[in-house]
Amino acid sequence: MIQTRGLTKDFVVSSTETVHAVRGIDLDIAPGELVAVLGPNGAGKSTTMRMLTTLVRPTSGTATVAGVDVVADPATVRRHIGYVGQGNGAGHQQRAADELTMQGQVYGLDRISARRRTGELLDALDLTALARRKVSDLSGGQRRRLDVALGLVHAPRLLFLDEPTTGLDPHNRANLWEHIARLRAEHDMTIVLTTHYLDEADTMAERVVVVDHGQVIADDTADGLKRTLAGDRVVLTVAVPGTAGQVASIVGSLRGARDVTVTGDRVDARVADAGAAVPELVLAASATGTPLLEALAVRPTLDDVFLALTGRRLRDEGSRVTDIPTEETAA
Amino acid sequence: MSTVTVDGPARTVTPVRRSWFSDVGLVMSRELRPVVREPFSVVFGLIQPLVFLGLFGPLLAGSVGAAGGFSGAEVWQWFVPAILVMTTLFGTSTTGSNLQFEMQTGAHERLLVTPLSRSSQLVGRSLKEIVPLVAQAVIVVLVMLPFGFRADPVGAVLGLAMLAVLGVGLGSLSYALAIAVRKQEWMFWVVQQTVLFPLLILSGMLLPLETGPQWMKVASAFDPLRWVVEAERALFAGDLTSGAVAAGWLAAVLTAVVGLAVGVRTLLRSTD
Repeated sequence: MIQTRGLTKDFVVSSTETVHAVRGIDLDIAPGELVAVLGPNGAGKSTTMRMLTTLVRPTSGTATVAGVDVVADPATVRRHIGYVGQGNGAGHQQRAADELTMQGQVYGLDRISARRRTGELLDALDLTALARRKVSDLSGGQRRRLDVALGLVHAPRLLFLDEPTTGLDPHNRANLWEHIARLRAEHDMTIVLTTHYLDEADTMAERVVVVDHGQVIADDTADGLKRTLAGDRVVLTVAVPGTAGQVASIVGSLRGARDVTVTGDRVDARVADAGAAVPELVLAASATGTPLLEALAVRPTLDDVFLALTGRRLRDEGSRVTDIPTEETAA
Repeated sequence: MSTVTVDGPARTVTPVRRSWFSDVGLVMSRELRPVVREPFSVVFGLIQPLVFLGLFGPLLAGSVGAAGGFSGAEVWQWFVPAILVMTTLFGTSTTGSNLQFEMQTGAHERLLVTPLSRSSQLVGRSLKEIVPLVAQAVIVVLVMLPFGFRADPVGAVLGLAMLAVLGVGLGSLSYALAIAVRKQEWMFWVVQQTVLFPLLILSGMLLPLETGPQWMKVASAFDPLRWVVEAERALFAGDLTSGAVAAGWLAAVLTAVVGLAVGVRTLLRSTD
């Protein structure tokens, strides 16, 4: 469905400065996949998406979307994709239903079909009661649902979601994802999602592509990334002060254990399977006279994956404002 | 136009090509919808011209009018057509701010990812300007008729058509400016205001240029509004075959052609 080879985008911000926003991305996305592109602000994920949706022209490299080259035939690409951008796609002075009907007509539906499709989507996204409401009068969550409806009017085979839940509260995020998941099942769509909500990528995506400094630094399922790059952890607190060293030795002898560290009365280590390791370690510690006060099995997060990959926490990076230009601000 | 239908949400729509003209029509009707639903913006746009007519008109009659050999209703024959051009200038030159707002919210970006051709998006927006400006012009003319203003019916229709052509050009330039300065939105108003008043004064809308210095007369020759203002005066007076009318059409058409070309080019280059 999507293939890129050596895709790059440079922004010339002044006569002496060029920002290399995307640096040679190779990506293959098969039909039906839900792929999350994860990375901190300025990593290049939105720029990549904007190249794939024909909003900006690549500096070099190739990209085909739905079998069509984005540079050679951007108009055909646009007919095959749905796009939900970071902003509100519906005009604030327009009425919700009017924008949906117009969007349907843009994709070639006659007025009657477009209105029928509008009714279906408003119903599917719990917006029927707001059909004649001005977009500026809708809440943030309602506007985002309307944006998703706009992206789905023509039932595209491929939907791009650029940080669709940014700014929404947890309830509205969950509600929006419930709608997207159901509509995806109905439409059998391929979805490419950018987000910096780690839990969103973890639970919704079947595959996670981690982007940093304009390059793909990891590409696997969320579980695969955690298993290979981060691994489970055990955190043990000793009951008898001063026995952490002995407990650390026990942990070190466990098969597959690594990165064993001692901090005061606490022992921390990476293990292959924390669920199996904890009871084994509790019994072994007790048998050697160094009982444990607490033993925790910690499953890794995608943030741990990012830490393992880059030495930085994505949570910290995600909130940092970078000076890498967006397409709207770049020359 | 080819069309497709969708029988249910699970059915994939086969995308079809639309004609460029139907794209323009769609964009234009989308832009017009809020204006038609809430026509207050058209009324608000009339406040400034009506203030000029109510407060500046009598001054004109008392000073310049007397010196120039016309007074009373004759002042309106000179001033009302100019006010129609002023209404067009004020209305269309600020319209780029609407596009700026849609660029900020994301609505413009959404349309850029649809199959709508980029040029149709600019042309459709610009053509929309015709409706409010013609509506405003008709209201101004109707308001001034009881005060002695005379409008030749054929000339008035042709005059409104010329204003429409001029408005499309000015609107396109306003959109082009909004796109060009999208990185620094405040620049839109700086440029608009900086350009607006020289154009307005050099057009001879408010005061006759005949009494001005020579350099002003030379500079006014490069102001397309001057030719349109003179043409509007001739048209509303019923002088349909005047050379001023031909010059006005040339200025209006040139403004439209240049405006649309610059607007479309700016929009296309904005995504490179």
